[in-house]
Order: sequence, then C-alpha cells, then structure tokens
Amino acid sequence: MTRLRRYLLRVVGLSYLGVLLVAPVGLVFYRAFENGFGQAWDAVTTPAAKHALLVTIIIAAIAVPANTIFGIVCAIAIVRHRFPGKNLVNVIVDLPLALSPVIVGLAFLLLFGTGGWLDGLPFDVVFALPGMVLATMFVSLPFVVREVVPVLREIGTEQEQAAATLGAGGWQTFRRVTFPAIRWAVAYGVVLTTARALGEFGAISVVSGRLIGKTESLTLHVEERYQSFDYAGAYAASVLLAMLAIATLVAMTVSRPKDEVR
Amino acid sequence: MAIEAQSVTKRFGDFTAVDGVSISVPTGSLTALLGPSGSGKSTLLRVISGLEQPDLGRVVIEGSDVTGLPPQRRGIGFVFQHYAAFKHMSVHKNVAFGLEIRRRPRSEIEARVEELLELVQLSGLAKRYPAQLSGGQRQRMALARALAVEPTVLLLDEPFGALDARVRKELRAWLRRLHDEVHVTTMFVTHDQEEAMEIADQIVLMNQGRVEQTGSARDLYERPANKFVMSFIGPVSHFGEELVRPHDIDVRREPNGSAERATVERVVHLGFEVRADLALDDGREVWVQMTRDEAADLDLQQGSKVFIAKQ
Repeated sequence: MTRLRRYLLRVVGLSYLGVLLVAPVGLVFYRAFENGFGQAWDAVTTPAAKHALLVTIIIAAIAVPANTIFGIVCAIAIVRHRFPGKNLVNVIVDLPLALSPVIVGLAFLLLFGTGGWLDGLPFDVVFALPGMVLATMFVSLPFVVREVVPVLREIGTEQEQAAATLGAGGWQTFRRVTFPAIRWAVAYGVVLTTARALGEFGAISVVSGRLIGKTESLTLHVEERYQSFDYAGAYAASVLLAMLAIATLVAMTVSRPKDEVR
Repeated sequence: MAIEAQSVTKRFGDFTAVDGVSISVPTGSLTALLGPSGSGKSTLLRVISGLEQPDLGRVVIEGSDVTGLPPQRRGIGFVFQHYAAFKHMSVHKNVAFGLEIRRRPRSEIEARVEELLELVQLSGLAKRYPAQLSGGQRQRMALARALAVEPTVLLLDEPFGALDARVRKELRAWLRRLHDEVHVTTMFVTHDQEEAMEIADQIVLMNQGRVEQTGSARDLYERPANKFVMSFIGPVSHFGEELVRPHDIDVRREPNGSAERATVERVVHLGFEVRADLALDDGREVWVQMTRDEAADLDLQQGSKVFIAKQ
C-alpha cells in the first residue's frame, strides 16, 4: 500500500515535471537540430543573431553586477539597520515581481521618452541600449535581495560583533566574516538574476523599439525570427538562450563545494 | 583599576536594564558579574565592551575614558556564550583573525597561534572547522582568539552557559588556572553562584539593574548586605521571621534555653551532607543541614523529637 502510494507520488511528480518542463524545452532542442547541426549553426551566426547575442550579453554584464552590489547593500540595510521607511523599502523591492514587465516598459517610455520627465538627457535612453539595461535592471532587482535577506537573518550578528571586538572595521568585517557566510546565497541570487536578465522580454520589447541589428536582444530576435516564419532560426536562437542560462546554473553548481550546505 | 564603570545606565525602550551602576575591577583580578537572568549583568558587560552604548555614565579602562570609543579601539577581548566562531574559517584562522587584522608579520602570527592553541589544549586541531569541534573545544578556541590580540581586559559573557554540567565544571577550573598563568584582568558573567564562588576573586552581585553587593565569595556568604544577597548566594532556611543558613541552626536532643521543639519529617543523606525537614510544634517548617557525623550522633530518624535554636 505504502509502496504503491510512493510510486504513485513519483509518477505524478515526474509527469508534472515532464509535461511542463522537459517536453517543451526538449522539443525546442529537437527542432533546432532536426535538420542537422550545420543549419542551426548558420541560423545563430547571421549578423542579426550575433548582434542580438552581443546586446543580451552587454545587458546582462551591466545589470547583473549592478543588481548584485545593490542587492547585498539593500539586504544588509534591511536586516542589520534601522531606518525610517524600512518596511516600505522591503515592499518596494518586491515590486518588480508583482508588476508585469510590459507595464515597466511603458513606464520607462513615459519617463524617458519624448515629453517625459527625464526627456532631454544627453544620450538616448528609449529605443537604445541604456533603456534596455535599465528595464532589465528593474525586472531582475529582487533576486539577490530575496536570497540574501533570510541567510543574513539566520547567521545573526554575533560573528560580526566578535570581529568588531577583535579590531575589524566595517569593511574588514564584511569582507572576512559576513560575505563568506552569505556567498552561496549571493551566488544563487546571481544565477536567478542572470537567468531573468537573459530571458527578459516584455519590458525590453517596449523600450527597445526592436530595431534589428541595433536594439534587438536574443529574446526579441527569437520572436522576430518566429514572426518571419523562420522557425529554424527561432529554434536555434532559443537553444542558444537556453544554453546560456543552463551554463550559469552549471557554473554555480560546479564551483560550490559539495560538503557546504546553503 | 583596570575597569571602572561610573553610574552606567542603559535602557531598552521602557525597560531599564542597568540602573546607575558603578563598579571597579582591580588590575589582574578575576571578577564575576553574578545575578539572576534579567539583572542587567550581560548588558553591563556589553556596555564595558562597547557593543552597547550607555545612555548615561562613563566606562574607564586602565585610566582612559573609552565611553565614546567603538569596541575595536578598547583593547578588549570578548567571549560570547554561543562562541561566535567564524564558521567558514579553520581553528587556526579563527585564532589568527585579530592578528591578521593588525597586519602582524606572518611568522609572528604563526608562532602566536601555535602558542595559544597549546595554551587552550587544541594544538592538534588547528586545521579543523568549528563544526567539527565539541562545545567545550569551541569555547576554548574562542578564548584563544580573544587572547591572541593581547587585550588589556578579557570579558566573558556566560562563557560556560551553553555547555553541559560536566564540561562546565572542567572548563571553569581550567579558566581559573589559565587566569593564574596569563594574569589578564578578567570579568565574566554568570548566573551560577557556585561558578562565581569557585573561581572569582571578586563577585559583583546584581539584581534588577543594580549592584546589591560587591566582595569576595566569603564576604557575600558570611556578611550578606541584605536578604536578596543572602538567599542568592547560598542555601537559606526560614526560621521564624528570620533567614538563616540551614547549617547555622543548632539541633539537639535535649531542651536548651529558648530552643524550640520540632519533629523530624524527613532525612536526606547526600553523602557528606545530611538534610532534614523539621516541623515545629506550631506547624512552621524549617530545614537544616549538618554533616553525616553530626546526624549520626543525634541518631536522626523520621519522627525523632529535637530542639532547635539559631546559633
């Protein structure tokens, strides 16, 4: 009876994962390589695809470090400090999770676009890379904060106080005591931030103006290829996108020592 | 004086944890801050260390006013109840921490860490991580870490509170020996009067944020300033309106002057010590303590009639 139940649970769990995760992703991989590796390779090495990859990497390379540093600082402020409006900050940090990215894109258009409050900056924001970077930073902001906050709470302040009594200043305490204690939470937050930054579509599709070879990211490229009935191109670019995300996951799993528990 | 707290007051919201406390700790002494939980003893220690800022009053360490200084600049060593070990560092790294912060030469750090690990009997465990140590070992490591920077004063907050009874007894005897070797002015917080009496030169007994009495273990036991000190620092028996030490009650078989008659209700043999619960004729209950030999001489049994008086 219990054995039957155990098998039943496994079947339900695995089919859920299978139908929702493995099958769709697997199908994309299958379709991409259906007509041979060569065709897929050609599809992702067109000038437009290469540029889209570059745009995506530039966006991630700015948004991820920025949100990592902000995320750590913000988590420390929320957990370790008292300041007026702290609860509000705690709620606002989650806003990007609640808001649809399209709304974010629209908001940026209103703010930086023609006639917006911040219109007239010396460089273009809307329909240009800066806008796409900002929009990506917005949507991928909460992950590091949300990963680090519970770990900071759990480790408590005693180790930091001990460091202070041993003569360590604020920065030394952070570098030698606090950061090593939260590093796996930070790493996990970075992976989630990266995945979100790579996969961002909604906000970027509004603020970028989708200029092929200029403001087209990899996600926008996938859709643009699909809309142009170039399915091979769309699948190949999708695979590339998926592999970037999987690579960050694998990099974290490999670099993490086995005996360490997060 | 190595440490002086002058009229220190510390409040948390409406709660006054330390209420105008002044204490002096002589250089080279081992002082216990003793008191029940919530008496403000840990808070006072944290104020002295700089981990808490007093609302009023001053802290003076070796003649200089350190009230406004952060813990980093007070020349203190601090040992926490729950060890506060740096979990991601080896024992060696933990002990070396303060020296590395001070940018001492590598050779000096190595020599000092080795010497300290020997002192706290952890020489073979330098490469271990805190998670691989027992509670007692972790606390000895924390002590070595605090001593590494050669603090002017060593402050310990319930250092043995998280350990089991046997290890606690071992460690406190060991701390006393260590203090006799190292001679650093040491102040430790405890709620265990036996611990305080066993190893401290001076006891500061606190209650409800104030100091009730300061003195040697013997002073506090034999000349308690008030009822609180008397009942906190040793056993007491209620005899009439008075508090009496249960071994200060004279028990005889024959009537003697004003001695009152009582009946033995229960006799408990605890080895060298014997305790007896007595009921006076008017119904009041008194318990007494005597040696095994005294009990044998009296032939104390349940139901025996005795006459008792305050010595």
